Amino acid sequence: MSSVNFDYDSEQNDLREAVRGLLARAYADSEQRRTVVKADPGFDEKTWSRLAEMGLLGLPFAEEDGGMGAGPVEVAIVAEEIGRVLAPEPFIETVVLAGGLVAAVGTAEQRAEILGGIAEGTTIAIFAHAEPGTRWSSTAAGVTATQNGDGWTLTGVKEPVPSGARADVLVVSAVVDGGTGLFLVQGDAEGLTRTGYRTHDGTRAAHVRFDSTPAVALDTGDQTAAIERTLAEARIAYGHEAIGAMDTALRTTAEYLKTRKQFGVTLNKFQALTFRAADMYVSLELARSTALWASMVQEAGGDVVSAADRARLQVSRASRHIGKEAIQLHGGIGVTAEYSVGHYTSRLTAIDHLLGDGDWALARLAGTVADHETVDPLGAPYAPGGGVASA
Amino acid sequence: MRLQLSPELEAFREEMRTFFTTQVPQEIRDTVAAHRHVSKEQYVETQRVLNAAGLAVPHWPIEWGGRDWTPLQRHIWREEMQLANVPEPLAFNTSMIGPVLAAFGNREQKERFLAKTANLDIWWCQGFSEPDAGSDLASLRTTAVRDGDDWVVNGQKTWTTLGQHADWIFCLVRTDPTAEKKQRGISLLVFPMDSPGVTLRPIELVDGGFEVNEVFFEDVRVPAENLIGEENRGWDYAKFLLGNERVGIARIGSTKRMLAQAKEHAREITVDGRSLAEDPHMAARIAEVENELVALELTALRVVANSADGKPHPASSVLKLRGSELQQAATELLLDIAGPLSLASFADDGSDIPDWARVTTPHYLNYRKVSIYGGSNEVQRTIIAGSILGL
Repeated sequence: MSSVNFDYDSEQNDLREAVRGLLARAYADSEQRRTVVKADPGFDEKTWSRLAEMGLLGLPFAEEDGGMGAGPVEVAIVAEEIGRVLAPEPFIETVVLAGGLVAAVGTAEQRAEILGGIAEGTTIAIFAHAEPGTRWSSTAAGVTATQNGDGWTLTGVKEPVPSGARADVLVVSAVVDGGTGLFLVQGDAEGLTRTGYRTHDGTRAAHVRFDSTPAVALDTGDQTAAIERTLAEARIAYGHEAIGAMDTALRTTAEYLKTRKQFGVTLNKFQALTFRAADMYVSLELARSTALWASMVQEAGGDVVSAADRARLQVSRASRHIGKEAIQLHGGIGVTAEYSVGHYTSRLTAIDHLLGDGDWALARLAGTVADHETVDPLGAPYAPGGGVASA
Repeated sequence: MRLQLSPELEAFREEMRTFFTTQVPQEIRDTVAAHRHVSKEQYVETQRVLNAAGLAVPHWPIEWGGRDWTPLQRHIWREEMQLANVPEPLAFNTSMIGPVLAAFGNREQKERFLAKTANLDIWWCQGFSEPDAGSDLASLRTTAVRDGDDWVVNGQKTWTTLGQHADWIFCLVRTDPTAEKKQRGISLLVFPMDSPGVTLRPIELVDGGFEVNEVFFEDVRVPAENLIGEENRGWDYAKFLLGNERVGIARIGSTKRMLAQAKEHAREITVDGRSLAEDPHMAARIAEVENELVALELTALRVVANSADGKPHPASSVLKLRGSELQQAATELLLDIAGPLSLASFADDGSDIPDWARVTTPHYLNYRKVSIYGGSNEVQRTIIAGSILGL
């Protein structure tokens, strides 16, 4: 494979089959998922352990930190399979976001402890970053860090924090002199109040209050760049989760059109419906190409922030399109809790609002659109060493 | 998976870029860049320059001037040609009748036509559509009846693009009106446009241009040796021809050029003391089309770089559909950037309105064709729904 290609190698294909098999057993049908998400913590601890046993929870971490040393493409493969069955386990939240930040700025000791714990399945780490009244920022405003002798204390509120009530340890962004710092807060820390609730997609989020809560700094100084980069990596991973979910939503819809009868014929006899399904396929494949490319940019060491914005925009537009049409083409059953497809739309909607929606990404891209004449996805700034200098 | 081109392909890309930007006359490339009418002489000159360098028909069999390139090389060749504003080799010659002759013609026909077809010594036009056979091409009614050593052709073709320049026509005719399936009784004939009984009537288009024609046949005598392939197998050849180079029809390089022009011209228009390029809504519109074009380019790369056993990649069906939509979106963008200037379509000397703005409306109106020709977008949706989604 000496030139550009979008194909998985045989190890990546094996990984995909293994993850698919594991998750197909855990979530064989939507009833199983409904049962799991009804009870706290909103996911299946046994499935989490199995993910750890397969090595998936330490996938991107360095081997000396207890991980597998795999790359973003492997993470993308897992995320897509999670999306395919709407597995509610907080893989991206723990491994890509919280784990990614610890890997990026933690000390060797912190990495060994936290990343090792994540990889073993014994530590759920969660990035507590969103704040009421702000949106999709790389900086903190509502939680302040105060130095206190050798340690720190945090005060303020984070919400919504995905799986925030279940987390064993929180990675918290907080205002420090000169920017935004990153801190570790243990789940049983003094002055930490967590109020969890169910979200519309079956997962959990929490209101997290810090009241002079003791914390340990991950690194000193402003961490905005590290946060921006890790958020970009998570946006790409969520993009792959969304691709998996859209793939199932489209398959489910096509199957329904072939079997559901009205006016004495199956629905696929109505061109008004099949053309709309064809448009869903177009949206999905364009988004899939962009998401795969963004993972390759990340792996190659290119401009991951810009690539993530491009993937976010394309995936967001596709998610809205496919999510809404999947329900409409089903009719009334699509909005029932008993049937699967509405849950896919709900999860796609959640993903869209976790780290930035399409319009948000578009505004960022619009801000730089005048800086280049044309875009070469195989050249600068996306592929280091690639591309021909622009004419 | 790999993001970058191989060093060999980077060099190939550079070689193409250098050739197209230095060997094709600037005046011709300026005509294409300005969306002005490309003359017959300009088409012929360009194709001969390309052919002399072995760049007119690289996708043909090597024996007849082909290069044995990979699909990815052909993609790069085509994209670089479009980025350099080079008029592409005449599709009727190089993508349509040439490959059909090479695959199904007899030795004598190949020797008679192929070299001249590659060099545009013969200008071919297409006799496919008829007034009552558009998307439903197999309903065509033009007949050819055997009389001694000749076929006698009667009927009418339409939408014959650039027929006014053509020396020869390749024509689908009904040779067996009794065939059970209407696809079975069709044959492919070729004959000179100056044959007695051939009449050409130009069709003026809504943009004021003349690029398509009606062609009438009244007792046109065509020697039997001008039958291509087997009698009554013409439908197979037509399908082969129309399925050829589905990838090239996305015209990504050409749309990239239009977007670059849109950015440039948006800077030249002032709205309330501010450049139109700084208007956030306009910047977002450009950025969104640009991102969709990135997604399309990546999808095209995904298709051409796919190593799978020669079978068409399912995602290839989105290329024509989305490619035509984005070409149209780019012409619309240029039109809206011109705004009131776009009214001066036919202004001549004595107008202060720049040339680029004058052509925006004719260009926009003319480009409505791209979602109609080459299998309308509704036909593409039918293909996606049927052969990919199984609906």
